[in-house]
Amino acid sequence: MQAQEIYEKLKAEFGDAIIEFNAEPFFDPFVLVTTDKLFDICLYLRDTQGLEFDYLSCLGGMDYKENLGVVYHLYSIKLKHTFVIKVTVSKENPFVPTVERIWRTADWHEREAYDMMGIQFEGHHNLIRILCPYDWENFPLRKDYVQPDEYHGMKVPY
Amino acid sequence: MGLLNKLDDPYYGGGIILGKVEDILNWGRSKSDWYLQFGLACCAIEFMAVNASHFDFMRFGCIPRTSPRQADFIIISGTVTFKMAERIKVLYEQMAEPKYVISMGSCSNCGGPYWEHGYHVLKGVDRIIPVDVYIPGCPPRPEALEEGMIRLQEKINKQAIFNKRKRLAEEEKQELIIDN
Repeated sequence: MQAQEIYEKLKAEFGDAIIEFNAEPFFDPFVLVTTDKLFDICLYLRDTQGLEFDYLSCLGGMDYKENLGVVYHLYSIKLKHTFVIKVTVSKENPFVPTVERIWRTADWHEREAYDMMGIQFEGHHNLIRILCPYDWENFPLRKDYVQPDEYHGMKVPY
Repeated sequence: MGLLNKLDDPYYGGGIILGKVEDILNWGRSKSDWYLQFGLACCAIEFMAVNASHFDFMRFGCIPRTSPRQADFIIISGTVTFKMAERIKVLYEQMAEPKYVISMGSCSNCGGPYWEHGYHVLKGVDRIIPVDVYIPGCPPRPEALEEGMIRLQEKINKQAIFNKRKRLAEEEKQELIIDN
């Protein structure tokens, strides 16, 4: 199924929760959706006949400077089509519903997005750091991150 | 060079070696160095190549040990993150004296490509443990690691064993005199 058709299907089902559809050339076509309907949209994409996105190939956190975002790359192994969903959240209130219960692979991906970007996934069963040490402070891949002077007595700068 | 060459020397008549006990002990020590089986990053891949039959690390008398208690030296083969640095320190402290450290590759020498923006990388393993031999490269060729091993053997061959404290104390005293 083409991205345009998927978008039209989503728009008919969810209406205003689909904010924007972008199908510029040289990009993966994506839709921007609201965070409160994200879980339902993902479940719909996975379980609807003809869409059947059974595989979350990538989940990534983004820093757009003024706010944060999460990008979901979906793939259907059965029907061999792809789709991209994006959400944006503010830096002060970075709460996104978890999709861990829809695709199990999102578990570690969401932990990584939390570790690097500080995006809080609501409902995640074990949202702790995955790469950095557990007592690490701040979120290192944010654009305004300042690296610490020392960690456990070890000097950080060169 | 080497004790065994003395056997060929006509002066010694063959079969008899005259030398210091320290030399013999050091000769044995340097030719049977066991290392901790321990790899960190992409340098560990080269390190594995050195272990394999083409480069045959075992001809230096090096046998991998899976316990730091049995290891004579440790090869820091790769990027030392802060998370790993604490564990490396524990491993080093668990090794029995005398112990040696080979720092392999740019990352463990000085932070390598992570020197500026590597918020998570220790800029040189010598900030937490003393290093005997540094091997440059990113990653170093297996030949470079072998060269490093030869340098470590040379270092061990020259080391003092007996009356070490007394000798070191004298050296320290002289240094203090020079400093003052």
